[in-house]
Amino acid sequence: MDFEKLRNDFPMITNHPELVYFDNAATTFKPKCVIDAEMEYYNNYCANTHRGDYDIAYQADVKFDESRKIIANFINAEKKEIVFTSGDSMSLNQVAYGLMNRLEKDDEILVSLVEHASCLLPWYRVCEIKGCKIKFIPVNAQGEITVDNLLKVISNKTKIVSIAHISNVLGAINDIKSLVKIAHDYKAIFVCDGAQSVPHMKIDVKDLDVDFLTFSGHKCYGPTGIGVLYGKYHLLKDMEPLCLGGGMNATFDVACNVKYLDSPEKFESGTQNIAGVVGLAKAIEYLNNIGMNNIFEYEKELKRYLIEKISVLNNIKIYNPDNKTGIVAFNINDVFAQDAATLFNHYHICVRSGEHCAKLIHNLLNVDATVRVSVCFYNTKKEIDYFIDVCKKGGDFLDAFFA
Amino acid sequence: MHFSLSNEMMREVIMDHYQNPRNKREESDSSYQTVYMDSTSCIDKIYIQVKIENNVFSDVCWHGNGCAISTASTSIMTELLKGKTVDEGNKIIDNYYAMIHEKPYDPDLLEEAVVFMNTNRQPSRIKCATISFRGVRRILGGSEDDE
Repeated sequence: MDFEKLRNDFPMITNHPELVYFDNAATTFKPKCVIDAEMEYYNNYCANTHRGDYDIAYQADVKFDESRKIIANFINAEKKEIVFTSGDSMSLNQVAYGLMNRLEKDDEILVSLVEHASCLLPWYRVCEIKGCKIKFIPVNAQGEITVDNLLKVISNKTKIVSIAHISNVLGAINDIKSLVKIAHDYKAIFVCDGAQSVPHMKIDVKDLDVDFLTFSGHKCYGPTGIGVLYGKYHLLKDMEPLCLGGGMNATFDVACNVKYLDSPEKFESGTQNIAGVVGLAKAIEYLNNIGMNNIFEYEKELKRYLIEKISVLNNIKIYNPDNKTGIVAFNINDVFAQDAATLFNHYHICVRSGEHCAKLIHNLLNVDATVRVSVCFYNTKKEIDYFIDVCKKGGDFLDAFFA
Repeated sequence: MHFSLSNEMMREVIMDHYQNPRNKREESDSSYQTVYMDSTSCIDKIYIQVKIENNVFSDVCWHGNGCAISTASTSIMTELLKGKTVDEGNKIIDNYYAMIHEKPYDPDLLEEAVVFMNTNRQPSRIKCATISFRGVRRILGGSEDDE
C-alpha cells in the first residue's frame, strides 16, 4: 500500500500542504469521497427516511439501510445491532441511562483513571441516581488495564465494566477479550469505548465478545455529528431508549400507552443524520479498501519512528514510549504544555495540549497537562522529522508570541 | 513608551514574570473576594483574589497554574491594579482590552502590560493574556466580554 499517495485523497492536505496535522485522536481529516457522498445526498436524494412514498425517499431509505449494513460488517455485527447516535458521547450516555433500570443500590460500576470524561460522567450520574458505587480499576505504568488488576476490584456486586479499548491520552491497547471473559464470569455487562481503536485497528465484536461498543464517525475519517452504538441484540432489546419521539414508536394512545419499535429504530427518534450516516459508510469503505491491518501496522511503524527520533532529544519527557498506537504524550522540559502547543502551531504543526478530557489521568502521571501528538496513516516520516526539529526549539517557546 | 520596546525586551519581561510571578499567594482572609478562572479552551486554573477598601484595590493577589502568557499577564495585572481606585482599574482594563484587539489605547496607563501588544497575532492566546483581567471584571460585576 502506497500510503504517501493516499494523501491526495484528502482535500485538507492538498489545500494546506504546509500543515502537519498531528491531532488525529481529536478528529481526522475526511477523504474527498466522504465529502462527495454527503453532498450527493443533499444534491440528489434529499428526502427523509421511513417515508418511502416517492422515489427519492425510497432511495434515501435504501442508502441509509445499506450504510448500516456496511458499518455492521466493518465490526462483524448484525445490522439490527447498530444504533446511530450523534457521536461516541451520546452512545455512552444512551448505554448508561439505558442500563439504569438493571441497577440497584450498592451495585458497582468499574471504570479506570485513564478514561475520557464521556466514559466516566454518565456513570457518575447513574450512581448518584441509583445509589451505586464507582470503583476504579488500577492501571499499570503503561496505562493498561490488566487482567490481574481487574481481578483485584471485580466482585459479585459488579454489574458493569466500562473502559476504553485504547486510552486517548496514553494510547495503551487493553486486552479487551481477556477482560470481557472475567467480566462475564461475574455476570457483569462489558461496555467498551472504541473511539480510539475502531479507526486504527481491526475490530471484531463477536471475537471480543463485548456487550456494547461505542465510537464516533469523525475520528474514523467520517463526518462530525454521527456516532455508533453497537450492542448485543438481546441487550438492546431490553434497554430503555434515552430519546423518545417520532420514528421510534409503534403505537401510542390517549391513555399514555406507548409501544416502542425494536432496535435499532427504538433508539433513533427524530430525523436521523442521514448525510452523516451515508458519509460514515463511505469512510468505512475507504478504510476497508486500505485494510485495517495495513493501517495498524503502518501507524505502529510511524509511532516507532517517532519514539526513536524523539528519545534522543534530551529536553523531552515521554509518558508512553512503549505503547503501539499512534498517540504520544510528552512534555518539553520547563515548558508549559500550552506554550509548547503554541510553539508547534507557529511551525504549522497541529498538536493538542491539556488534560485531553481525561482529568483523572494526570494524578497518575504527576503532571498538570501534557502535549499529545496523534499520528495516523496519512502522516509521514518526513513530517515526523520536521516535528523533531521543532521540538529542539523548545526553549524558545515565546518565539511564536513575537513572530 | 512602547515605541522603544523591542521584542527582546518584551520577551524578557514576560519570562521574568513567568519565572518569578509577583503577588502569587493564597489569601484565606475573608475580606478578599476570590474568583476562579478556567475555561474549556485552555488548561489554565487561576484564582484571582482582590481586596477593595474605600473603593481602592488595597491588595490583588493570585494563585494557581497557567501557561507563560496567562501567568505573566496575571502577575503584571496584580502590580498594575494594586493601589488604584476601582474606576482607575476599570479604565486600565478597558485600555488593555483595546490594546489586545488592536484598537486605540493609552500605553501609559498599561505600564508593563504593553508587552502583550502583539497578542492579536496569536489569536489562540488572547484568552491567556486576558484571563486575569476578565477575572477582576467578574469580581467587579461588570461584563467580562473583552470586545
